[in-house]
Amino acid sequence: MHELAITQSILDIAEKVAQEHGATRVREVHIKLGEYSGVVPQCVQDYFDVISQGTIAQGAVLDIQRLPVVIHCLDCDQDGQIDRRHVRCPRCGSTHLKLIQGREFYIESLEVD
Amino acid sequence: MEIKVMHQVMAWNEDVSDAVKATLADHQVCLVNVMGSPGAGKTSTIVALINALRENYRIGVIEGDIAGQIDADAIHAMGIPVTQIDTDGACHIEAMSIEKMLPEFDLDSLDVIFVENIGNLVCPAEFNIGESFRLALLSIPEGDDKVEKYPLMFATTQALVMNKYDLKDYFDFDDQRVERSAREQNPEVAVFRLSNRDGSGLGELVDWLSQKIDAQIGRCPS
Repeated sequence: MHELAITQSILDIAEKVAQEHGATRVREVHIKLGEYSGVVPQCVQDYFDVISQGTIAQGAVLDIQRLPVVIHCLDCDQDGQIDRRHVRCPRCGSTHLKLIQGREFYIESLEVD
Repeated sequence: MEIKVMHQVMAWNEDVSDAVKATLADHQVCLVNVMGSPGAGKTSTIVALINALRENYRIGVIEGDIAGQIDADAIHAMGIPVTQIDTDGACHIEAMSIEKMLPEFDLDSLDVIFVENIGNLVCPAEFNIGESFRLALLSIPEGDDKVEKYPLMFATTQALVMNKYDLKDYFDFDDQRVERSAREQNPEVAVFRLSNRDGSGLGELVDWLSQKIDAQIGRCPS
């Protein structure tokens, strides 16, 4: 249910940026979402379809691309991709890690008319 | 036409969360975000912690509830400054709500504010509220699979408290499974076993909290 607040933010940003560029219609919103997030993409699209009605973003497709979790191991000094349910270095098994990627959640670009 | 945007979707919450953090740091106040399911024992744990900590720390409470103020009344009766966020149906607290509540407190006369988040294992985990750290409760009757089912809640917390631990034997609850799966996702997490009925485990939690609070408010350990 928290996706509604998040979806409102996506709509606000898309409308604002599109208007700043003199666009009359938003066709696609390209979003990057780290695997660490608990946001459900389909849920965001469903909310978006409802709250965008009557705006220049009505009918826009949200293209939400998931980014895998990537860590840097502070023990073996290597980067590696991990499953967020098993937080350990895939090479040496250390849990002494720095998160490099996985918490992103941003609008990368818009496709507009 | 393509427009490059590169705008954080959560900026509206993250920016306010950072502002809350900065305000609290100025006044040397530690904010503890207490989360867990409805019925996990958030209020009774906060009450037990207040009783254990109030001799050494000046404590305030922000009560989040979807409706009503039963919990806030209980805290108020203890003589503790408390404000209530009534989310009017919303499933989580956002940083903006905390920012609005801070002027209700005299921050210079507080060391710790406990925030009782909305009872829910999903949504609150997504929103930083300017907290110094998080405390996630899981009560025994909820089942020993919940850490696996609600990963974000338990991956983003600094402490996991297995509450109502005195009920363990009635529910075939495997506490080792919980601890193992919590550490798989969150290697640094501190794990506690607590019963607010008989007080067992409270001492360990209080010791850990005291250290975290001292570090946050720049107090040397006594």
